[in-house]
Amino acid sequence: MKTYFINTIRFILLILVQVMILNHFEVFGYVNPYIYPLLIILLPFNVNSIQKLVLAFLLGICIDVFEDSGGIHAAASLVIAYLRPLFLRNAFGLSYDYQTLKFYHAPFRSRFIYVSLMIIVHHSVLFALEIFSVNHLLYLLEKVVYSSVFSILLIMITLNLIRKNRK
Amino acid sequence: MQQIILFLIKNKTGLVFIILMTIALGLTFQAHTYHNSKLVSSANFITGKVLGTTESVDQYFDLKTQNEILLEENETLRRRLLNTTSAEDTLQPDLDYITDTLYRIQKARVISNYYDKIDNYLLIEGGTKDSIKADLGVISSKGIIGIVIDASKEFSRVISILNTNTSINAKLKNTSHFGTLTWNGKDPNLMNLVDVPRSAPVKLGDTITTGGRSLIFPEDVPIGVISDYQLNENLGYYTISVRLFNDMTNLKHIYVIENVRREEAYEVLNEEKP
Repeated sequence: MKTYFINTIRFILLILVQVMILNHFEVFGYVNPYIYPLLIILLPFNVNSIQKLVLAFLLGICIDVFEDSGGIHAAASLVIAYLRPLFLRNAFGLSYDYQTLKFYHAPFRSRFIYVSLMIIVHHSVLFALEIFSVNHLLYLLEKVVYSSVFSILLIMITLNLIRKNRK
Repeated sequence: MQQIILFLIKNKTGLVFIILMTIALGLTFQAHTYHNSKLVSSANFITGKVLGTTESVDQYFDLKTQNEILLEENETLRRRLLNTTSAEDTLQPDLDYITDTLYRIQKARVISNYYDKIDNYLLIEGGTKDSIKADLGVISSKGIIGIVIDASKEFSRVISILNTNTSINAKLKNTSHFGTLTWNGKDPNLMNLVDVPRSAPVKLGDTITTGGRSLIFPEDVPIGVISDYQLNENLGYYTISVRLFNDMTNLKHIYVIENVRREEAYEVLNEEKP
């Protein structure tokens, strides 16, 4: 029950922060950081996989409605939600397999790899669908790289801030 | 049968993923093909209110620039008003001249503006209750902005000229050679004017305005100046880079324009609405 409550609050909070604050950021003209994948990143590790997918879809479609972007955020969120177990296994190794993983007890390096994998895949799907043309491959690459750097930075900082509050 | 059900239960995660992904991709394709997709549109009550709240805080940080822009516009209008000679007035003694409006103009406020994507949209405050509806043109004091594609009661969604789906009829100001204005998806200050015939006298710094062929925008609304051009020798058409007068990244006060006689014109043309 507590998990549902926390995630509902996070859901609303992240959407509001994204559309009211971060979407006004235009670093270098076209770099827009995204924080909302944090919800999927921070979901419990033993979450029901169907609930996880539906949640990711709803999250994405809400951002899409605000940005008038069709279904690109929904698709990108779905992909990272679906591939999350794979990334977790890659980043955290055995402790994920044995279900003994505590996110904040894992070493910084593992957390960083996990967040980076999630964000880079998310942004690649997102911008590929947004640009939707092979004529702009270089532009796509630029956008993915720059936006990913900012998003990863933002999310790592937020993760550390959340942890400080809990202690 | 049992086999099939077992298979479905075993792969339920994958199935849910595929179903949701199909919906998401469907919406994406639809947004890329039909730019007035109404399924996922920000012109609804909740998004309008949230974005409107953000904007009402945001506008205080921008008051000075927006005042400058409005003052500039006032100055231009004042100049035009004071320099209208009385001779011109007496030439039109008929009072009907004043009441016979060709274009109805409605002010509106931008509450969300994107310019860093490939296909950009704006959300403006003002909807069907202000008699704003789909297919009306949107301009600012400096040039064109876009076309209304979807209107709810209080908010309307505008397809920006910075959208790879838009194509707007435009011409060289001096000679009336027509072309189509498109965007390549990169620089929010530059647009391309394509299909201008070889015979047109293209010069750097010339002004581009809207052409009179569309029933959405009035003729001679300024768009920008020529910053570069190339002649395609095989086809005999110019491709012209146009630097916009409008700063599309800083929009606040805008005007929605309705051509009052448009319906009549369509009837005469006996044509479907675009």
